Amino acid sequence: MMEKMIFGRFIPGDSLVHRLDPRAKILFVFLFIGIVFVANNAIGYALLLGFTLLIVFLSKIRLYFLINGLKPIFILLIFTFLLHLFFTREGDLLFSFWIIEIYEEGLRQGIFISIRFLVLVFMTSILTLTTSPISITDGIEILLGPFKKIKLPVHELALMMSISLRFIPTLMDETGKIIKAQMARGSDIGSGPMKERIKAVVPLLIPLFVSAFKRAEDLATAMEVRGYRGGEGRTRFRQLDWRLADTLSFVLLAGLTAVLWYFRT
Amino acid sequence: MEILLEGVGYSYAEDTPFEKRALTDVDLHIPSGSYTAIIGHTGSGKSTILQHLNALLKPTEGVVTIGDRKIEAGVKAKDLRKIRRQVGIVFQFPEQQLFDETVLKDIMFGPLNFGVPAEEAERRARELVVQLGLPEDVLEKSPFDLSGGQMRRVAIAGVLAMEPEVLVLDEPTAGLDPRGRQEIMDLFHELHLTKKLTTILVTHSMEDAARYADRVAIMHKGRCVVTGEPAAIFSNEEQLGDYSLQPPRSVQFQRDFEKRTGLLLDSVSLTEEALAKNIAAALSKGSDDR
Amino acid sequence: MNLDILSFENVTFTYDTEDGTVLPAVAKVSFAIQPGEWVALVGHNGSGKSTIAKLMNGLLFPQEGSVKVMGHTMSEETLWNIRSQMGMVFQNPDNQFVGATVQDDVAFALENNGVPHAEMVERVHEALHQVKMADYKDHEPHHLSGGQKQRVAIAGALAMRPKLLILDEATSMLDPQGRMEVIETIRRLRESTGLTVISITHDLEEAALAGRMIVMNEGHKHVEGAPKDVFKRGDELTGMGLDLPFAMRMTHLLQEAGVGLQEEHMTEDKLVDELWKYYSKA
Repeated sequence: MMEKMIFGRFIPGDSLVHRLDPRAKILFVFLFIGIVFVANNAIGYALLLGFTLLIVFLSKIRLYFLINGLKPIFILLIFTFLLHLFFTREGDLLFSFWIIEIYEEGLRQGIFISIRFLVLVFMTSILTLTTSPISITDGIEILLGPFKKIKLPVHELALMMSISLRFIPTLMDETGKIIKAQMARGSDIGSGPMKERIKAVVPLLIPLFVSAFKRAEDLATAMEVRGYRGGEGRTRFRQLDWRLADTLSFVLLAGLTAVLWYFRT
Repeated sequence: MEILLEGVGYSYAEDTPFEKRALTDVDLHIPSGSYTAIIGHTGSGKSTILQHLNALLKPTEGVVTIGDRKIEAGVKAKDLRKIRRQVGIVFQFPEQQLFDETVLKDIMFGPLNFGVPAEEAERRARELVVQLGLPEDVLEKSPFDLSGGQMRRVAIAGVLAMEPEVLVLDEPTAGLDPRGRQEIMDLFHELHLTKKLTTILVTHSMEDAARYADRVAIMHKGRCVVTGEPAAIFSNEEQLGDYSLQPPRSVQFQRDFEKRTGLLLDSVSLTEEALAKNIAAALSKGSDDR
Repeated sequence: MNLDILSFENVTFTYDTEDGTVLPAVAKVSFAIQPGEWVALVGHNGSGKSTIAKLMNGLLFPQEGSVKVMGHTMSEETLWNIRSQMGMVFQNPDNQFVGATVQDDVAFALENNGVPHAEMVERVHEALHQVKMADYKDHEPHHLSGGQKQRVAIAGALAMRPKLLILDEATSMLDPQGRMEVIETIRRLRESTGLTVISITHDLEEAALAGRMIVMNEGHKHVEGAPKDVFKRGDELTGMGLDLPFAMRMTHLLQEAGVGLQEEHMTEDKLVDELWKYYSKA
């Protein structure tokens, strides 16, 4: 199940979207989240959906993978839809059976909220699917740059984030190995009553912590020996490059906003 | 206990953009009581295969038969505990699995999980600690206070305490110093003989494969490409080269020696001791002939 | 004028222990490394060699004696300057990979030392070429083999253009291929740049490649000399938990089997040679 999940993962590629500056993509998604709330009728939501599908198309991520990979999120989506469908009691009564009554407004609300939810999930997924975690970190570090003035440790935060990202696959592998090693010793993980399950976690967590501390210690040594002394006086190897396409993406977004505003009721 | 792999294929993260094929159409027969070495490059599928041997992974194609149990692709397998008890795995760097307060408790973890009574589990732990050459007072110590080499031995004891019929070893001596390596490999061999275990050794060391195994399987790009007896496999340098492997040092030396002196040794020298004996014999025979 | 690139003078270091047992990890150790040398520091686990590694890079300071690097005594003040002139590669390939990709990792020390961007790009490129990892510059660490990660670590050190490279058990967690890759890389580097290398190891095959060996045992310097002289001590070394190179083991086994060999041999070629002579004379 988890290995099929693609939310928050990165698929390397060379599409127009992949090549955008991470700063542009992060800002774009943030603005988009706000713009979604401009839509308030069928035309508006149709436009949002169309726009999102256009971006998916441009990113060259297969829609099948996107839908398949976001399955767990669809459960949430359906739940939200049903909640609105059954519990909104406005407009004409469309359908009634036993205690279930469905009103026009409920159906409308359900569909709109679902679309809103869907476009937000798709858009943020596209951000992470087309931008390597390290680029996102770079983008955030530079976007947060001005906050250094109010003593926000931006460099340290970004470094922490990039090191965590770097070690996620390593620690995932290790977790897998330890789970298997303990299963081979007869530990039953993920079955039986709650108390047993909690007990079964101890043989996993302790080795994981021990190893994570060891890694942290080794890493600190390696960093120190390589001359790391905090952010001061450091130069940056990774440079970001804002190009015309990045500016144009915001023009496109402004266009969408204008059209949404025009059709707003 | 016999293990049979028929047409086994395995893909990690099947049906996602991250799908990765690890095994393709593997046929492998591990006879009961044999000592089989699985050799091959890093990434050849060795470690994926070994996880099929006690159903930690289930094949995505084909059938794995472990003793009288069949694990089939696409069929839900229930109650794998019996298999796990019968097939013990010593993973690479097994000291990473230690967790309990004391060495004694850690060694008893496996047997207790499989319902062995506590007194019996403790008896096994005490016996194994001695067998593995550890001082008896480590039993009450925390495993995290031991040296790396001692931790390795404790972890191995933890697997042996389950008294498995099949013992799967994944690079059990990686990172140890030479003396420790030898001692541990000798111990496994002794157990193999005295307890009539079926032993499977996954290794990079051609020397260990040649010295201890009676059967060798070569893995290459997710396929099991060759199986056979060590003497036949390790004397076929060309075939080994196809899979970017080299013969053991002793066999390489035998080749150089034969080329240089024109003398042919009686048999393939799978160990250094055999090589010395073969050379001494060839030299005295060679000078008698003249 | 002191020409040594690194020297230990009567260095003693003892760890604090809870139960108050005081056994020095390193006791009165002295040695000196000249520019352009390849020195192997060997010993079994617990012989004091990892403490020596920590004393070399200023993670520990000696309680007695002094450690000098390029004429400067190691101290809090000289530490950072000294570190910028030496590269170090550690045992675990994963735990020293800081960057998100190969080139980021190679650039890490350069970033720390404030090297301007344009120069950084050039040096990263050059260092990756030296270890033949240029084609992998955008790869992430979990897609690399252990040997490749260690080569990246070497590149990370080389990018600083160090005077001294220290390998602290850098091959002990690798498979045979990875070990060969790393050793081959070092050998090539030495040929092309004459870089001074100290390798700390318990693999005597690796140590045999060095020009000089220093054998540690229980905190003391046991013996020092050219590999072929050191290996003459045969059983003394095996008694310390070390192994002899293949050719020497074979020499001993052949002698036991009644082949009257005259010399101890370090390499297989030489041993085959003598066997051939022995045979033709007989």
